[in-house]
Amino acid sequence: MKFGIVTFPGSNCDYDAFHAVTEVLGEEAVYLWHKDHDLQGADVVVLPGGFSYGDYLRAGAIARFSPIMQEVIAHAKSGGPVLGICNGFQIACEAGLLPGALMRNRDMKFISTPLLVRVENSGTLFTNRYTDGEILRLPVAHGEGRYFAPPPVLDELEQDGRVIFRYVTASGERTSAANPNGSERDIAGIVSEDGNVLGMMPHPERACSPLLGSEDGVRLLESILARVAA
Amino acid sequence: MAQVAARPGDPVITPALIAEHGINDTEYTRLVAMLGRTPTFTELGIVSALWSEHCSYKHSRPLLRTLPTKASWVLQGPGENAGVISIGDGLAVAFKIESHNHPSAVEPYQGAATGVGGILRDVFTMGARPIAMLNSLRFGSLDSARVRYLFAGVVKGIGDYGNCVGIPTVAGEIAFDPAYEGNPLVNAMCVGLLHEEDLIRAKAEGVGNPIIAVGARTGRDGIHGASFASEDLSAASDAKRPRIQVGDPFTEKLLLEVSLELIKSGHIVAIQDMGAAGLTSSSAEMAERGDVGVTIDAAKVPTREAGMSPYEILLSESQERMLVVALKGHEQDVVDILTRWDLSAAVIGEVIAEPVYRVTENGAVVAEFPGSRLVTECPSYSPKAREAPAIAMLRGKDPLSIAERAEESDPVWTLEQMLSSPTIASKAWAHRQYDSTVRTSTVIGPGEGDAAVIRVRGTRKALALKTDCNGRYVYLDPRMGGRIAVAEAARNVACTGARPMAITNCLNFGNPTRPEVFYQLKEAVAGMGEACRALETPVTSGNVSLYNESPSGAVYPTPVIGMVGLIEDIDHVTRSVFSNDGDAILLLGDTLAELGGSEYLSRIHGTVLGAPPQCDPARERRLIDSLLDAIKAGYVASAHDCSDGGLAVCIAESCIGNSDELYGASIDLTALGDLPARALLYSESQARILISTTAPDAVAAAAKSAGVPCRRIGTVKRATKVIEFKLRSRQFSAPLARLAAAYHDAIPNIMARTPEHAATDLQSAGAA
Repeated sequence: MKFGIVTFPGSNCDYDAFHAVTEVLGEEAVYLWHKDHDLQGADVVVLPGGFSYGDYLRAGAIARFSPIMQEVIAHAKSGGPVLGICNGFQIACEAGLLPGALMRNRDMKFISTPLLVRVENSGTLFTNRYTDGEILRLPVAHGEGRYFAPPPVLDELEQDGRVIFRYVTASGERTSAANPNGSERDIAGIVSEDGNVLGMMPHPERACSPLLGSEDGVRLLESILARVAA
Repeated sequence: MAQVAARPGDPVITPALIAEHGINDTEYTRLVAMLGRTPTFTELGIVSALWSEHCSYKHSRPLLRTLPTKASWVLQGPGENAGVISIGDGLAVAFKIESHNHPSAVEPYQGAATGVGGILRDVFTMGARPIAMLNSLRFGSLDSARVRYLFAGVVKGIGDYGNCVGIPTVAGEIAFDPAYEGNPLVNAMCVGLLHEEDLIRAKAEGVGNPIIAVGARTGRDGIHGASFASEDLSAASDAKRPRIQVGDPFTEKLLLEVSLELIKSGHIVAIQDMGAAGLTSSSAEMAERGDVGVTIDAAKVPTREAGMSPYEILLSESQERMLVVALKGHEQDVVDILTRWDLSAAVIGEVIAEPVYRVTENGAVVAEFPGSRLVTECPSYSPKAREAPAIAMLRGKDPLSIAERAEESDPVWTLEQMLSSPTIASKAWAHRQYDSTVRTSTVIGPGEGDAAVIRVRGTRKALALKTDCNGRYVYLDPRMGGRIAVAEAARNVACTGARPMAITNCLNFGNPTRPEVFYQLKEAVAGMGEACRALETPVTSGNVSLYNESPSGAVYPTPVIGMVGLIEDIDHVTRSVFSNDGDAILLLGDTLAELGGSEYLSRIHGTVLGAPPQCDPARERRLIDSLLDAIKAGYVASAHDCSDGGLAVCIAESCIGNSDELYGASIDLTALGDLPARALLYSESQARILISTTAPDAVAAAAKSAGVPCRRIGTVKRATKVIEFKLRSRQFSAPLARLAAAYHDAIPNIMARTPEHAATDLQSAGAA
């Protein structure tokens, strides 16, 4: 299976995603240059973390207009899997692939820390190797990760089982302290209506080795592999 | 030599103008002799920048020459953009530390951010990909609103810049002391990884080769930044805010990728950051290293606004610019690479055979210096050195003559006070604002161990990185303080399982023309040299920041050491917190009554006096060798350097350092002799390391044969919620919850006192 990892000029987690796919998952990965109109036959597109075009205006606001994003949008519309991590989540929202927006963190500070998320729906393309209610340890590193959408949209996301990850405590409780950025309803990750686009603020690609503190992210990649390769 | 004429509209050279450029009479005479005529305004500007302390090291060069710089693993010593050492397997590490103190004192956010940007460029212009950032920060007391504003701004500036470029900020240290009130220290260190064959030096070569300006356009910001960094801070410093540059980390990220691509491409022969003194220093230094002439046409430099004079163009410190010497005929290849990254390039000059440094403007020569004398003939001073009698007197005082405070009758109170001292307390408030896990190689991140550990992909190896310096020690006894700075950094990297390899240093001192300051500089450098020789950690690069004085006086002399250590096998990585119930707790090294300059005196008694702890570099070497042997043998579960705050703080940190998992312990110090309790608990004797192990007898036997004192002082007890201390004079039990709250909540609680908007108000009011 082939993963295409988009490289915007300010992407800085493209390298990490590349290594997670090739070294940990053992699958093929290619970098997709933002100025190109070519997905190089990738089965799965990864929108990695970073600062796409500097993000001085608003995270992801310019990236959606880049040549490669036109192809990514077409790929998503035809049901192709897209994994948006951190800045990739922001870009997916800006590009209309996912509802809502990511705002500045509640305390207006960048936050970098390992934290816990609960798997809310293990029936998706991205989570089928997890179990419902399982708690994962994943790092976050973002300044604009506060998920926002109007209440009716949030209700719909919840009703349709599209909220995939939530910030929780070690005992699985939702508390204000466990929510690092003030996201609505403690949302850490959501999928699109068709379930083929995942946006999440935590970094699964940084949780692929016990040496670095967690390998809870590996099964997210394995989930995609299981579904797409099947 | 070409005819050099005064440029129409330029000011006339007067004694006042010369003085304003920080050039003294002797230096001016030297300049006129070199030129054989009166300098032009442009030439005066060039010389004022290149002969500033910041660029010329005129007060420190003779001292720096005494430091050891060589070892078989050193590929590049001082004099380049960064030092480089080999780590085997064809891989090398480039690293350097640099100060951005004065800009950060005036504009903390941009000052710190551009400090990070500058040091990143120094590393990637060696052909290395930056893999880690460290910061050594000093501030006044957090009780001051102004200091909280500076602290918050600096941390945010460091974070925003490094986070955007995508380089993990992984370690460093932060200390607070009123001595840094008016003049904080902001030192940034960058570490990069490269293949040995990609190493490139900033040396202009090849007559006819074009000189190309790359990256951001040149604006009027930062003009005379290097000179600003070479004078004392004063009430007028705020008016010099325009001398502070503004950072653009996105452009930096582009420059990083472009520079590495250019170096790999083979189209260029040299590349250098336009850092302090901008185009002037980068071009003059590259010419000097290559022993060639250069000519630069200022009119060809892309500028942000029309009408900039050669003077302004040459001295601008606009950020995110590089100077490249390309191979003749490969100009288009260079432009193609830049275009791919949406960066611009302009040919602005060339390497010439004639031994001159020449600047033209549309064909007219506006500045010309013979040969490389501009760099090589800058003045050098060895001023008088004399210890201040007041400091000698302070050193002579006996800390134990100070009566205990009434509260100290409760030993838990004292320990809580120590752990909540901002210098000791957890710095997670700052670390959480730094992306420390990007690049997925951070094994030990900030605050998680005695040093950061970064794995080296494709190998079993890892690097251990740390900065250190206790300015109080250097203040009280610069020779000893200089030794300790090196020794402590070495112990810290060794505690993670690394062999200390080499250092970079950042010498933050006051005004060197004052004999008592020059004495500190001289003695501290001598002490550093002694420790570096004993530990075989040569100095491969460095930076000198003098004139760190404000109206309230000089900062503590603070020669910060940035240490790189090598872990041969990732299995040897060792953490500083206890991790196994029942492990024996051992203390390597002797504890003496050494409370001079201690955190205990400062925190509990509000005073800095006495002789600092003694440091014997040979003993430090034996300790480190012995520790590394024990780690390699697999005996060591945790290792923690025992320094600031002494033994009690060290033990507590190993118990509560990981807030997710607290460990209790029972400690028996009766075997350590009959020192007064406070000396036993808080003395900062050097050459000590606290370890936990399942094999205490094996460790003790090995230590004994190596001549390292080793005593069992306790046992890790997971289930107990306390640390039990047994001394000859008293016994007490400290609840972990109280200690953890003191340690982890101290800085967040203090910082909650100043909301961000209040800090901004302070900034706009320019309050001091």
